[in-house]
Amino acid sequence: MRDRTLWTWHIGAGVVILVLLGLHMAIMHLDATLGIFGTEGAEPVEWESVVTRAQSLFFTVTYVLLLGAALYHGFYGLRNILLELNPGAGLRRTINVGLSLAGLALFAFGTWAALAAPGAATMAGG
Amino acid sequence: MADTSPRQVTFHVRRYEPGVDREPHWEDHRIDVLPGMTVLDGLWKVKELSAPSLAWRSSCRMGICGSCGMLINGRPRLACNTQIAELASDVVAVGPLPNFGIIKDLVPDLRPMFEMHRDLMPYLIRDDAQEQDDPTGEYWQTPHELEHYLQFSYCIKCGCCMAACPTVATDPQYAGPMPLGQAHRYNSDTRDAGFGQRREVLSGGSGPWRCHFAGECSQVCPKGVDPAKAIQLMKRELVSDLLRLRRRRPPAALAEEPHGTRREDIVPAPPRTATEA
Amino acid sequence: MTSRGHPNRLGIRGWVGGGRWGFERYLYTLHRLTGLGLLGYFAMHIFVTSARALGPESWEQAMGVVSGPLFRIGEYLVFAAFAFHAVNGIRLALIELGFAVGPPIEPVYPYATSVGRQRRLARAVVMIAAVVALWGGLDFFVLQ
Repeated sequence: MRDRTLWTWHIGAGVVILVLLGLHMAIMHLDATLGIFGTEGAEPVEWESVVTRAQSLFFTVTYVLLLGAALYHGFYGLRNILLELNPGAGLRRTINVGLSLAGLALFAFGTWAALAAPGAATMAGG
Repeated sequence: MADTSPRQVTFHVRRYEPGVDREPHWEDHRIDVLPGMTVLDGLWKVKELSAPSLAWRSSCRMGICGSCGMLINGRPRLACNTQIAELASDVVAVGPLPNFGIIKDLVPDLRPMFEMHRDLMPYLIRDDAQEQDDPTGEYWQTPHELEHYLQFSYCIKCGCCMAACPTVATDPQYAGPMPLGQAHRYNSDTRDAGFGQRREVLSGGSGPWRCHFAGECSQVCPKGVDPAKAIQLMKRELVSDLLRLRRRRPPAALAEEPHGTRREDIVPAPPRTATEA
Repeated sequence: MTSRGHPNRLGIRGWVGGGRWGFERYLYTLHRLTGLGLLGYFAMHIFVTSARALGPESWEQAMGVVSGPLFRIGEYLVFAAFAFHAVNGIRLALIELGFAVGPPIEPVYPYATSVGRQRRLARAVVMIAAVVALWGGLDFFVLQ
C-alpha cells in the first residue's frame, strides 16, 4: 500500500507548492512588474519587508505549509531517483529512514525559524 | 518502374558467445538487399552467407508472435516488421534488446519480464470457481465494455517497450510497461474480479509509481498497445480506489440459455472429448 | 529478479536516451535535473533565511553573503528551473491521473498513441515555461 499513498501525497503537495511557491516567487522575484502584497515600498528582501511578513499570520502559516509540502515533495522525488538506481536491501532501508529523518529535521528547524522571527523583530526594538 | 536491383548494405551485428567472449563485440557483414527485404530477411542472408553461428529468435515473420524484438539502428523494433529501406541507411546496426541479459548474440533473457507478468496475475480472476473449472456458458460483455481493454489485449509480449523504458534501464524491481499494461488490461475487463488481488502487488515498489511518462514504450510498441496510456489510466484507478471514489461493479454475469424458446431442429453437440485429467 | 546472461542494462544512460528518442524523454530528464537543483537550493535557502530569527544584523549578514553577481545568476537559474518544473509538473499531474492521455481506442496503423495525444500540451508547457522564465529575467536583470 505504501507507494501508492506516498505518490498521492506527492501530487497533492505539488499542487500546494504550485500555489504557494508561485506566490512566493511572484512576491520575491516579480515585484518590479507585479508589486503585490505590499512590495511597492521596500525591496522584498530588506529587513523592513521581512518584519512585515513575519508579523502577518497569513505569511507565517503559508510559510510553514510551503516548507512542509516542499520538503515532502522534494525528498519523495529524491527517494524515487535514489531507489531507481537499484540499491541493495540495506541501503534501501537507510535511504528511506535517512531521508525521512532529514526531512523532519529540516521541517522542525524551518518552523522554528518562521515562528521565532516575530519575537526577534520585537526584540530588535522595531 | 522502381529500381529493383540489389544494393549493398552492411549489417553491423552484435555478437556474444557465452563462455568464450568476455564482452559482446560488433561484426560487420556486407550483403545484397532487394527492395522489400526486412531486417529479419537480412539476418537470414547474413547467417546463410557469412555468419552461420549467428543466433536470434524469430518465428512467424509477420509481426504477431513477438519473438524477434531487437535494437535496430538504436531503437527497439521487430526485425520482421522493419524494412531495411525504411531505415534509410547503408548500415543496419542490430543488437539484442537492452535491459535484458544477453544469452547469446541477439537473444535476450526475457524471464524477468515474464516473471513480473505472472506476478500480476494476467488472467481472469473470479469467485465462481466451479464455473471456472467446468464452464457451462459465456459471460455477457457489451462492445462498449470491450473497448475499455481491447487495445491493451493486442500485446504480443515482444519486450520492445521494456527495452525503451528509462526506469527499466536502472531498476530491476520495476515491473515495466508490459506487465503493468497487462495488469490494467485485466483490471478493465468487466469479466474480471481480481482488482483487489492485483492491487496488493501494484501498490508497492514494483507498481506504476516509478513510471514518469517518458512515453518511449508507446512510441516503440509495434502493435499500438500504448502501455503508457494503460499505466496512467491504472494510476488513476488506483488513486481513486485509495480515495474511496472507485466505482465497484460486480463482474460480468453468466449468459444463461433462454428458456422455452429452443429450436427443435438444432443438431445436438458431439460428446465431450476432454475428460478429467 | 535479475536477468541472467551477459548484463545488458542501460543504467543511467537510459535516463538520457540516445538522440533518437522522443521529446517527452528529454522533458522527463529535465524535470529530474530541475527537481534536484531546486531541492539542493531549497536546503540552503532554509538555512540562509533562518537568519531572520536572530535579528536584523544576522539577516543583513546573510543577505550580504548571497548578494554577489554569481548568486544573482544562480537565483535566476533557480527561478527558471521552478518555471519549468512547475509547468511541466502540472502537465505530469494531468497525464499521470489519466486526464490528458485519451481513452482506449482501436489501434489502427499509424498508431495514435497517448504520447501524440499530449504532444500539444507538452509544447504548450515549454512555451509557457519559457515565457515565465523570460518574465523573471526581466525582473532580475533589466528592471532592477
